[in-house]
Amino acid sequence: MVVMKMKFPFQKRVKLAQGLWLLSWCATVAGATTFTLGCILKTELRRRAEVMDNQDIHIVPNTLMIVGLASLGINYFASKICQDALDAGRFPRWKNFLKPYFAISCFFTVLMLLAVIMSYALKGSLESSLKVGLRNGIRFYKDTDTPGRCFQKQNIDRLQMEFQCCGNNDFRDWFEVQWISNRYLDFSSKEVKDRIKSNVDGRYLLDGVPFSCCTPSSPRPCIQYQLTNNSAHYNYDYQTEELNIYLRGCREALVNYYMGLMNTIGAGVLSIFLLQGSVLVSLRLLQTAMEAVAGKENTEIETEGYLLEKGVKDTIMEYLDPVLKFLLLKNQVEEGTAAATSTTAKPRSGK
Amino acid sequence: MAVLRVKFTKTKRDKLAQVLWILNWISVVTGAILFSLGIFLKVELHKQREVMAERDIQYVPNMLIAVGLIACAINFLGGKICYDCVDTTKFLRWKLIMLPYIICTFFFTFCVLVGALMCYCMHGELEESLNLGLTEAMRFYKDTDTPGRCFLKRTVDMLQVQFQCCGNNGYKDWFQIQWISNRYLDMSQKQVVDRLRSNVDGKYLLDGVPFSCCNFNSPRPCIQQQITNNSAHFNYEHQTEELNLWMKGCQQALLEYYTNIMQSIGLTVLITWLFELSVLTGVRYLQTSLENVLRQEDPNSESDGWLLENSFMETARSNLNIIKSLGKGNQIDTAGNGDPNINVPSTSKAHYGPDNVPPKQITEAS
Repeated sequence: MVVMKMKFPFQKRVKLAQGLWLLSWCATVAGATTFTLGCILKTELRRRAEVMDNQDIHIVPNTLMIVGLASLGINYFASKICQDALDAGRFPRWKNFLKPYFAISCFFTVLMLLAVIMSYALKGSLESSLKVGLRNGIRFYKDTDTPGRCFQKQNIDRLQMEFQCCGNNDFRDWFEVQWISNRYLDFSSKEVKDRIKSNVDGRYLLDGVPFSCCTPSSPRPCIQYQLTNNSAHYNYDYQTEELNIYLRGCREALVNYYMGLMNTIGAGVLSIFLLQGSVLVSLRLLQTAMEAVAGKENTEIETEGYLLEKGVKDTIMEYLDPVLKFLLLKNQVEEGTAAATSTTAKPRSGK
Repeated sequence: MAVLRVKFTKTKRDKLAQVLWILNWISVVTGAILFSLGIFLKVELHKQREVMAERDIQYVPNMLIAVGLIACAINFLGGKICYDCVDTTKFLRWKLIMLPYIICTFFFTFCVLVGALMCYCMHGELEESLNLGLTEAMRFYKDTDTPGRCFLKRTVDMLQVQFQCCGNNGYKDWFQIQWISNRYLDMSQKQVVDRLRSNVDGKYLLDGVPFSCCNFNSPRPCIQQQITNNSAHFNYEHQTEELNLWMKGCQQALLEYYTNIMQSIGLTVLITWLFELSVLTGVRYLQTSLENVLRQEDPNSESDGWLLENSFMETARSNLNIIKSLGKGNQIDTAGNGDPNINVPSTSKAHYGPDNVPPKQITEAS
């Protein structure tokens, strides 16, 4: 059962070859674009690598970069093949090359689609990675004298100001962590001693946030200390006060940012996927149409082009056969020896 | 004696025309670049318009935009002319336009040079504008309830965060103004009343700065209140503490930023000016060599090209005479030393009707 049979008179073949040549050069540019989009995404992810716990999400930009490079090669060969297609003398030399070429091209084209699907599937992984990363960042905020953590404070401050967010889930995360280093606490003061005694771990906890949580849009100067104490500030009610500090959590802000970026990139990659797919389909039709012409004297006859000679299932089995044979080869040897032992055993039992 | 005379064979002329065609198109691109640089500068100045007082600084980006557009137009025309100059017959079309075109382009290159120099001269005006603008903005920082000034606080805060600066010349500027609105001051408290009474104008002044002055590179949490009081904070000495707040003033920060932009733009404009001048020289040589070919009436012969036909002084003198004679056309002929009583016979013949017989002289007989 042939898939997508189409008639191709000579003029249509010529037009197909010319159109395909143009299309393949567009697809080459599109492949370079895919590579660039992958690089952009990777750069953006690396910029915030300090607040990410694992690098699982990097599989998306890595795949995009690989696919971009591969499609450059695929489309280069596509343009060369369609240039030779109309020349009956030069076309046969591509004969043996085409079967593996189509297999590899289909693989990379499907990989492009997979990359887009993965960017949505890995949202949960990104979120949990950010959760752990931000929690550590907030915990080590005060350790500006510990090697390896000196710049955590700077990173978290910049992050909160740039993404207009505060804390992990919200600003209350800062109430549970000691974010003022002991180096700057006066242990002779009664207030400090009281606070440290008031909790089990002996930490200096307070209902205050760093300055980077402050909103510039607030009409009043920033209130960062004694946030929950209404009487400490004139004309202040912390339940209704919305503009004083950023209410959004940094995890939510970062996830939204990255998902937005990946949506935009995904839309571009999907259109490139359609372009690449159409290039491969056209090339296949051109190849099958030209194969029917081979060996004939009159090269201007009408021929038929098709996508797959057999059905989809049969074609897949045909491609997988060599792979399976290689794997099954060992089993065949074992079967042979088992048959030999059973035949030798049989006459004994028959006696 | 011609200035910089060069001999041109036919092939050399053709090559010159082709090269000039390409160079003119490159000049169109550089004109477009100038235009976009002008737009970029205009946008950058517009972004910080709220901290700039009214000063004449918009003329620099406007000049760049105008110069860019005119350069595109002039070089587009130049490209068309040079394309046609390969063929001597087509050159006849442009023959009359070419000299005015060259003169216009020559004056235009002066405009380009002026544009480049303006970029470097804007510094003083910009400094004054920023000084006044920042002082005003800081004074109205607290007026978030006054229409027209609601967003000044936000603008100043974001400016200080983005440019990593504090105050006009330094953070001490904030000590001299009241930046906390009276709406948020508890007038019943003794401390507040004391502060208000402590100065002549009744302003609530304190040695504190807004949060946007905080330097995130500091290893300790930001100290924004009681900055000059060492005993108010543990292990703190305000004279040696450099990382706590931004040390640079916003006037200096913005000035550096804009000066960098304008120096780069000025350099690009200077390079464009040199390029335009070289293209103009080429077009002049092409014009003179083609005109000489037409004079010799053999299109394939060699001809001379020059910048000026006579020496520089002679050309200047002849041009001045032309300009003077243009002005003389309206004046009365003052032969006879200007005495109206002397009868100066008219030099042109009078026409006395179809017979051309002069009328009888009426004698003054008694």
